[in-house]
Amino acid sequence: MTSISSALPVRHAPTARVIVRHSALVRVCHWVNAICFVVLLMSGMQIFNADPQLTWGQTTNFTRPFFSLSARENDNGDPTAGVTTIFGHAFDTTGFLGASRGDDGELEEHGFPSWATLPSYQDLAMGRRWHFFFAWILVLNGLVYFVNLILGRHIRDLWPSLADLRAIPHAIVDHLRLRFPSGDEALHYNVLQKLAYLSVVIAFPILILAGLTMSPAVDAAFPWLLTLFHGRQAARAVHFLLATYLVLFIVVHLVMVVLSGPINNLRSMITGRYRIKEAQQ
Amino acid sequence: MSRERLLRPTQPRLTRRKLLIGLGVGAAAAPLSACSFDTGSPAALSILEKAETLTKAVQRALLGPQTALAPEFPPGAISSYFKPNGSVDPEDPAYVALRQGGFKDWKLEVGGLVERPMKLSLADLRALPSRSQITRHDCVEGWSCIGQWKGVQLSALLNAAGLKPQARYIAFFCADTLEETTDNTGRYYETIGLIDAFHPQTILAYEMNYAPLKVEHGAPLRLRVERQLGYKMAKYIMRIEAIDDFARISRGRGGFWEDRGYEWYAGI
Repeated sequence: MTSISSALPVRHAPTARVIVRHSALVRVCHWVNAICFVVLLMSGMQIFNADPQLTWGQTTNFTRPFFSLSARENDNGDPTAGVTTIFGHAFDTTGFLGASRGDDGELEEHGFPSWATLPSYQDLAMGRRWHFFFAWILVLNGLVYFVNLILGRHIRDLWPSLADLRAIPHAIVDHLRLRFPSGDEALHYNVLQKLAYLSVVIAFPILILAGLTMSPAVDAAFPWLLTLFHGRQAARAVHFLLATYLVLFIVVHLVMVVLSGPINNLRSMITGRYRIKEAQQ
Repeated sequence: MSRERLLRPTQPRLTRRKLLIGLGVGAAAAPLSACSFDTGSPAALSILEKAETLTKAVQRALLGPQTALAPEFPPGAISSYFKPNGSVDPEDPAYVALRQGGFKDWKLEVGGLVERPMKLSLADLRALPSRSQITRHDCVEGWSCIGQWKGVQLSALLNAAGLKPQARYIAFFCADTLEETTDNTGRYYETIGLIDAFHPQTILAYEMNYAPLKVEHGAPLRLRVERQLGYKMAKYIMRIEAIDDFARISRGRGGFWEDRGYEWYAGI
């Protein structure tokens, strides 16, 4: 399996060369994963809206969740404000979290707003259908990716060396100055890329295990999952927090794709071909 | 807003265009825009339902036919507040009459595909061997509470009644109407397979947290199926039937919430 560490020079040019950066398998897995993640995130927010609060432990602490999205209501029971509560501190998030405007412009009680959920209208049953269908695709796709990661030794591309780790401060400065590698340096991921991608590769299996821990049937078969996550509600919180981490990763990921040459980056994840500028001598 | 309303779909306000705007994340939108159904259509549902088949097959393989028990907890773990859900105070006249009589006139009917149909009063049930368990109740909405339950193992009743060979499911018919409909499909009911019916933790509970079952939790009798979600655990049970197929009951999907789009196999 071709990967960036065994990149083959395809064409030589005086100032640039084109390499095969991503194997076909990695490219297919990437896009299948991307589609699944979008559907899972949106249907996940639909599911979260049915009980928009998080607590630690086995059971729900209805009076003191550490995170909740709720609506303030007037005497008629109509929502007047959306409130996000984090560790007892309430923030007004009217229009986005807790309460947002429907098609008629009226405030409605919604944890996450309808434009972010799948389906957009309140329907937990359909949200679950979408979530579990795409969860299966994500898991099967992920299994293929992990087999390749280990047997295809793709892990070597992501595992940082000691030298990499020592270069973290330098890499941070380079990123902040938007100075991107060229020449042979661009044949490999830099240390921040390695750590970021590795964190995602680790986060996904934990997120999936946390999701499975919410299943009463899976808990019967594997009670150690409850010990691992400190209870079902804690697993629900971990599932939510890791999803949030992945959203943050994707935001940074997309920004970096755009800043470091969007066409070249996108092409490398579609056709595999990646153009490298030669380093200035 | 009540939890009950949260479970129920509001009127669809979705157009496909809106969905795609919502989904508009470059490549992710491309394959989905090729779909010519909206997110709640029967066509979409029939494809998405394939996941339930896979989930059920994998969980059955992992759990074995009977062996794995749902985790049980010490008395100290019992939740101080156990959230009631679905019907909490049925107004059906027949139920109200029974409740006012302290359920003295209530009798559980066991029938359908059984050799020996039975009628049991609450006193009859209490006189039978019982099982007590402290388990976690997981609502499909996401929350969990721990409670103690005591009742008769369903397997004991079914063995006493004697299942006919054609019996494949056990149906529970309830006293409460959870949704007003013109064709009586708003009456609560549930069905479970024989694997869950004969599981040792599957009990008909008449006691919760060391006291007689309260009305809000399904008095006089409710089902506990500890490896499934809360909506499978019918409350206010009036009649139990062994059946070969649930397609002819109500809207044909095997339960009140199943008729409204939820999975029959509520294992996750």
